[in-house]
Amino acid sequence: MDQGFFLLFATVSVITAVTVVVARNPVHSALALMACFLQISAIFVLLDAPLLAVIQIFVYVGAIMVLFLFVIMMIDVREAVLQRFLPGGNLPALVLLVVLGVEMFVLVFWSDRFSATQPVAVSGGDQIRALSTTLFADYLLPFEVASVILLAALVGAIVLARKESG
Amino acid sequence: MVPLWSYILLGVVLFVIGAAGVLLRRNILVVLMSLELLLNSVNINFIAFGRHYDDFRGQIIAIFVIAITAAEVAVALGILVALVRNKSTLKVDDVTMMKG
Repeated sequence: MDQGFFLLFATVSVITAVTVVVARNPVHSALALMACFLQISAIFVLLDAPLLAVIQIFVYVGAIMVLFLFVIMMIDVREAVLQRFLPGGNLPALVLLVVLGVEMFVLVFWSDRFSATQPVAVSGGDQIRALSTTLFADYLLPFEVASVILLAALVGAIVLARKESG
Repeated sequence: MVPLWSYILLGVVLFVIGAAGVLLRRNILVVLMSLELLLNSVNINFIAFGRHYDDFRGQIIAIFVIAITAAEVAVALGILVALVRNKSTLKVDDVTMMKG
């Protein structure tokens, strides 16, 4: 049951990710990326992380992709639509990608640490309560720092995107 | 039960696809979207390992990654809007103002 769902979500997410990269129109890329994020949030549900799945949908699909679509609407993408996607045009980058992929595949299959089917430890109980306790007790300072970073990014984005007044 | 390596493998595949988008595409918007894909594949790894070792730190670090990604996208799209307003180009190769 789990395996079937995982295969379905993984296949669709990989297909949509490839569509993001090869699509010629940025709007198509954005919509494919949205579909990919939905699949990944379903995978988070399979991984017993329902809070992360909801955050994924809220933040990525609800906020980031809408931001992307708004920016695509603001700027003229017609010139970009015409340009072709040539993977063979950049040989060093292609070689680097192949080396990277092969290296990671070999490392995953070489190590016997990843082949265990059962989790090392399983805990029951209220997962989200324990997660929030950990987040707000042990990781309070990083949490506050993240909020300050978000505020700085908010101010920075407004300043950058504003029309210069003289 | 899905074994751990299949999640890691999915993360690897998505990471390579995202890296291909960053390295091979010349459209700034698509490069930014591929960057999102890279960060998401790393998140899958974090949560898979967190579940495997029954440790909440995987999920917590994933939450922080998502927060930082939101900040990064806001700033990047602000820079993109300013760039298009000043230079009216969407290709990575045309942006050589800093002579890098």
